[in-house]
Amino acid sequence: MALKTDSNVYTVVFAAVMVVVVGSILAFLASFLSPNIKENERFEKQQNILYAMGVNENGDDAGSVNFIPTDVVENEFASYIKEQLVIQGDKITEDNEAYLIDLKKQLAAMKKGEDYKLPVFIGEKDGEKFYIVPMYGKGLWDAIWGFIALDDTMTVQGVYFDHKGETPGLGANIKMRYFMDDFKGETILDGTKYAGISVAKGNNDPLNKTKDDNEVDALAGATITGNGVSAMISETVKLYKPYLETIRVK
Amino acid sequence: MALLSKKDTNLITDPLADNNPITIQVLGICSALAITAELKASLVMAVSVMFVLGAGNVVISLMRNIIPSKIRIIVQLIVVATLVIIVDQVLKAFAYELSKTLAVFVGLIITNCIIMGRFEAFALANGPWRSFLDGIGNSLGYGVILIIVGFFRELLGSGTLFGIPVLGDQIEKTGLYATGYENNGFMIIPPAALIVVGIIIWVQRSRNPALVEEN
Repeated sequence: MALKTDSNVYTVVFAAVMVVVVGSILAFLASFLSPNIKENERFEKQQNILYAMGVNENGDDAGSVNFIPTDVVENEFASYIKEQLVIQGDKITEDNEAYLIDLKKQLAAMKKGEDYKLPVFIGEKDGEKFYIVPMYGKGLWDAIWGFIALDDTMTVQGVYFDHKGETPGLGANIKMRYFMDDFKGETILDGTKYAGISVAKGNNDPLNKTKDDNEVDALAGATITGNGVSAMISETVKLYKPYLETIRVK
Repeated sequence: MALLSKKDTNLITDPLADNNPITIQVLGICSALAITAELKASLVMAVSVMFVLGAGNVVISLMRNIIPSKIRIIVQLIVVATLVIIVDQVLKAFAYELSKTLAVFVGLIITNCIIMGRFEAFALANGPWRSFLDGIGNSLGYGVILIIVGFFRELLGSGTLFGIPVLGDQIEKTGLYATGYENNGFMIIPPAALIVVGIIIWVQRSRNPALVEEN
């Protein structure tokens, strides 16, 4: 028997069945895989935070980004990160799961005028203290985020950037070492003002020798992503300014 | 008996040359412009599209007799989106690093017009095996162009291939750079891809005048 595939009833029934079938497949898959995915995302966050403070497996050459392996990251994270703080208004509390706070949701809550939490991670390596704060912003196509590690003079000790959907070869290069390494040694202060760091075109410093100009050299062909990084850093600095002011050595 | 009949072999080889999806059918131009600044990205995209187009063509071909023609485009879109999401989720759970590399391509694969184009032009009218071969053939043809474009753009734009410097060190002025050579920044922005694709089309058509349309 041939199906009457052009009748309206058939079309509606087909569409309904298809939606149910596809919906159930995806829902089943998502709930089945979600513990694994959550675990991977947790490890990744720990790797990113440690990366920013210089705990990674990068070689001396300016090659690729190498995190510490996932099977040891949990222990390493516990040993390097001495304190995890949550800033909520004027209150600062300790919370060992502060790294799981989703900054995107907190920023959304802030925009609505609700209470929001800001995490800070205090790491220690070779006797030096690092204050690591998360960042979240937007690039050309989608979200960009990262972590920035500061010392008590507000000098950047390391950054990590990542993105959801920037163009490969252009904006996606914000997570390349040659871009991230440029931030090391830059200061977020301009005098005593919290200025952040701009990704600048034509600052005549392609090798990034000037460290106190609050600028790093931009990526060719990725102007909007670069502007997104600048905006993200200055947003974060603005948010954390009250806290940073309490730790800054004057 | 040969594994593939003559007709089947043509399904694979035609898109590599005289029926290339990018240069002749003019499909998939958008992604050819977007992601060919690097050779590695071109390769990843080519492999991903091969997987999705091969599998998608089979699924659509199996469903070809029951898909209502009025909503066939939506059905095709759902099939390709479902496939891509399944792959994405499985990779996220079991090969997280790889999934991070592929994440930016997911959206580009779903909207790649080669996929919808081949569903519509081939899979809806042919059996699963032939549709599978057509999918593989077209994604190979697509991949070849992507890799050629990626090769020239990365080489001339950044002086690297797969991220490895091949023309010497630009900052230390060694290798080719010692002679005063500079990378061409224009090559890494999307319009350069259009020019490279244009040159490929020109070369191909002047070698085979039969491809030139009469006005």
